[in-house]
Amino acid sequence: MSGYRLSAGGTLVDPATRLSFRFDDKAYQGLAGDSLASALLAGGVSLFGRSFKYHRRRGLFAAGPEEPNALVELRGGARREPNLKAPVVELYDGLEAWSQNRWPSLTFDLMAVNGLLDKLFVAGFYYKTFKWPSSFWEKLYEPLIRRAAGLGRLSGEPDPDSYETATAHADLLVVGSGPAGLLAARTAARAGRRVILVERDARLGGSLLTTRRTIDGQPGAAWAAAVEAELAAAPHVRILRRTTVFGTYDGGQFGALERVADHLPVPPPHCPRQRAWTLVAGEAIVAAGAIERPIVFPGNDLPGVMLAGALRHYAVGYGAAAGRAVTLFTANDSGWHAAADLIASGVTVAAVIDPRADVAPALTAAVAAGSGRALAGARLRRALGGKALEAIDVDLPGGGSDRIATDALGVSGNWQPDIQLATHRGDRPVWSDAHAAFTAGKLPPGIRLAGAAAGTFRLADIFAAGGTEAAVDLEGAALTPFWHVGGSKGAGKAFVDFQHDVTDADVALAAREGYVSVEHLKRYTTLGMATDQGRTANLNGLAILAELTGRTIPQTGITTMRPPVEPVAIGALAGHHRAMAFRPRRLPPIHMVAVEREAQMIEVGPWWRAQWFPLPHETDWQQSVDREVTTVRKAVGVCDMSTLGKIEVFGPDAAAFLTRLCANSVMKLAVGRCAYFLMLREDGYAYDDGTVARLGPERFVMTCSTAHAAKVYEQVEYARQVLFPEMDVVVQSATEQWAQLALAGPRARDVLARIVDPGFDLSGAAFPPVACAETTVLGGVRARLFRLTFSGELAFEIAVPARRGADLMRRLLIAGQDFGIVPYGTEAVGAMRIEKGHPVGSEINGQTSAHMLGLGAFAERKHDCIGRVLAARPYLTDPARGRLVGLKPVDRAARLRAGAHLLPKGPDATAAHDQGWITSVAHSPTLGCWIGLGFLAHGDKRHAEIVRAYDPVRGGDVEVEVVAPCFVDPEGNRARA
Amino acid sequence: MLITCPFCGLRDAAEFTYRGDAAPVRPAADAGEAAFFDYVYLRDNPAGPIREHWFHRAGCHGWVTVTRDTRTHAIESVVPVEATVAAEAVVAAEAAVAVEAEGGAR
Ligand SMILES: [Zn+2]
Repeated sequence: MSGYRLSAGGTLVDPATRLSFRFDDKAYQGLAGDSLASALLAGGVSLFGRSFKYHRRRGLFAAGPEEPNALVELRGGARREPNLKAPVVELYDGLEAWSQNRWPSLTFDLMAVNGLLDKLFVAGFYYKTFKWPSSFWEKLYEPLIRRAAGLGRLSGEPDPDSYETATAHADLLVVGSGPAGLLAARTAARAGRRVILVERDARLGGSLLTTRRTIDGQPGAAWAAAVEAELAAAPHVRILRRTTVFGTYDGGQFGALERVADHLPVPPPHCPRQRAWTLVAGEAIVAAGAIERPIVFPGNDLPGVMLAGALRHYAVGYGAAAGRAVTLFTANDSGWHAAADLIASGVTVAAVIDPRADVAPALTAAVAAGSGRALAGARLRRALGGKALEAIDVDLPGGGSDRIATDALGVSGNWQPDIQLATHRGDRPVWSDAHAAFTAGKLPPGIRLAGAAAGTFRLADIFAAGGTEAAVDLEGAALTPFWHVGGSKGAGKAFVDFQHDVTDADVALAAREGYVSVEHLKRYTTLGMATDQGRTANLNGLAILAELTGRTIPQTGITTMRPPVEPVAIGALAGHHRAMAFRPRRLPPIHMVAVEREAQMIEVGPWWRAQWFPLPHETDWQQSVDREVTTVRKAVGVCDMSTLGKIEVFGPDAAAFLTRLCANSVMKLAVGRCAYFLMLREDGYAYDDGTVARLGPERFVMTCSTAHAAKVYEQVEYARQVLFPEMDVVVQSATEQWAQLALAGPRARDVLARIVDPGFDLSGAAFPPVACAETTVLGGVRARLFRLTFSGELAFEIAVPARRGADLMRRLLIAGQDFGIVPYGTEAVGAMRIEKGHPVGSEINGQTSAHMLGLGAFAERKHDCIGRVLAARPYLTDPARGRLVGLKPVDRAARLRAGAHLLPKGPDATAAHDQGWITSVAHSPTLGCWIGLGFLAHGDKRHAEIVRAYDPVRGGDVEVEVVAPCFVDPEGNRARA
Repeated sequence: MLITCPFCGLRDAAEFTYRGDAAPVRPAADAGEAAFFDYVYLRDNPAGPIREHWFHRAGCHGWVTVTRDTRTHAIESVVPVEATVAAEAVVAAEAAVAVEAEGGAR
């Protein structure tokens, strides 16, 4: 194979603009408009890559994304991208690409020795070879396979480019801008409809650009340009170039990937590399064309063997000839038209071989006029060559055979309409004998096919359906199904799937071993499972399987086609949603105070919360958190609780409604009082906890955990609207409307007194524990006060309208200055709640029951509430399942870790002796050691016992003392101060 | 996928939260463990139309009953849950009336 540039040039390239590029570190020159494949072909390159399994030498095969062989790594450094198909990589000046799957170099590949071991690498070789002993798998087999396999390498660095997502709507989406697509878009645009026309390549025109067809006497490309100009000028028409529609989804939605800057060395500033579109269209016309099917014969993977349409594509479009003496092997008219176009482009065609005896004389005459041999009724027996194709053996029509020297062979079995987008929603393709291909059966609503995708191959027929043009190139489309030239001994391998090295013999072996279902064939041989998804391989594999099992192709079936049609980078689907923009970050009302105080921030659910507030001299987070805890316990601190979910409940049935929702009775709650509540799921497990405050006879506000806020609100609405619609009650989420601060510590009342407006009595008698009231603070700011404590200290929660939250925080910090007030973050909150034994998400994790939490009495109620019945099941109440306990290391200097298992002292550390686990730990500055909470079988009866906290993952094995879950002030005297 | 909220109109399915089969009805408080077990755990898995509960989270906060074909995702109808409840009441009332009428005729 010795490709070169034709003097006639091509429709897509500009001979005046030369581009320099490198392939495998060697310098080449191409033309503006070239693809990487066409430039390498014209530059005389024949070896493009190595196959996956046998590391065989492979050349360029196709002209589009169906390319199985010419895979490259593109760009260096952090932008390196593997597995790109050379035919769809647009050339730019300075492009750098490398071949893949070879070691140490493309021309000398040591792994090619695999080819000598082909008896080992037959169908199902993974299943057969690497079966036993199992101990070999991890140490030997897997590393071996990993080294041998793998197509291309990722950069391993963060992608420096940006990606975005976008949505567009239209009356009509047209996929493909070949003749059928352009006609459809033009008709709709003239009718004033909103049209989106999507083209995979940089230019509109499809096959018109790379074949020598005429429309009304002008070249097809000129006609396409005229239609493009009309569409560009039409209102309501959007043209997306370099865009692949990769999937059809529900509701008229389509996924598409626009390669915005892939044809440039580096995207311009503020320009994304790729854009993932959601296209929503009332109707869609899929004119995606057809994919040429090759024929399987011995030696068919030699570099130089290509699809006939690809030879034509490169010659007409790019002026790139694949060889000096080209031959074609075709079983349909398109191969002859390819030969005629090649001759007209200045390529020497040595012979056209066609098993059909009755080829139209007009077709053979064009080849003979170009002094090529027109061999109708002949058969190619095999291809021969060393490093590349050198000759073919042909059985001649009258008997006898001939060896014809050739360096490029174009193959065409026939054309498979590209119907993928019509089948993504589950509609099965149907076999068409007339096309020898699968065509769309029942179409999903709103989707139609046009042109070659609909099985309409003749240009004249396409125009008859949608055009007004008078004279359209007449082109034949006759065919005879022809799949496979069987190999004789020594003839060489005949490949079905090039990229995965699946041969006709592999298909036969699979059939012999009983893998006669097409889905089994695929998985057993890996046929069609490579990056090209077997676009040029699947149908041949199917036909050979059908032949071997004596069935027809429709009886044999077809594998399901799923999106995406072509590989789509996850980064493109993510768009801007990465790193800090991964999801929207919600900032609580006091955020600016946290920023001013240089708080360490942490993500809690959707919120960005202050984790701790370091002072300048503090070097370690533990110092800061210990100081915050100690200050709260000894003086006073203030903490933002605004992110807790807040749900307001109103109405005559509000109390009865909450009693159904909560495991404890809210019905009896007095006005002006709060209560702790536990919510169960209907299956009896604990769901969430919080507090509920009765602000009036028919007015409640409940808080729930930050992480569960949205889900709990949804559940409350479900209860109101679906479960108990007869109740007269209204609920409203108020999480965002109120800022809520906790003021805690022995001096909390003294600080609060300085900001509460005069007239409100904060004394213990007037405002005792669990009291709540509505009042004003800071001179007329509406406020709700709750005497609730999470830290166990004398504490108040103050809620003000959200916009006043930061102001309240600043004013409290000023008011408490002479008491030594500190702001404290989530870590200190966590440490203090463990000191007090309050369960949170680590304990209420969806697997724990009220009984395990020590709240069994809550669930044992007479009146109806969600979860009451199933919470009584023995498994949920069994003390052997664990009870909440506190844990202290026997060696007070030892560290505890959450996740450690609890085991009795003595027996082996095995699962059989597992008695529980540690759920949360914290360093307690109050006790001066690490403490933890956990669940331990019969734990409530085992206080003072010593058990093991066993943590094999992190190498921990610590003796711990079982204590009551409350470590600090178990009598609750401080809270009552 | 698009869902026509009976309150808000045609909206993207991403605005909604899926809950599940709308058929199970919460048993009476005294119905016993077996009835609650069925209510919580037992679900049909039809290939075809199914009535489901969805929550219009990023919209009106209304729970709606969506009738969807599990084979095609085609949505046949979307109604407020109240209407469903009311419709069931109507069906039940009609059945009761029919039984009564039948009894009368007998
Ligand atoms: Zn709505």
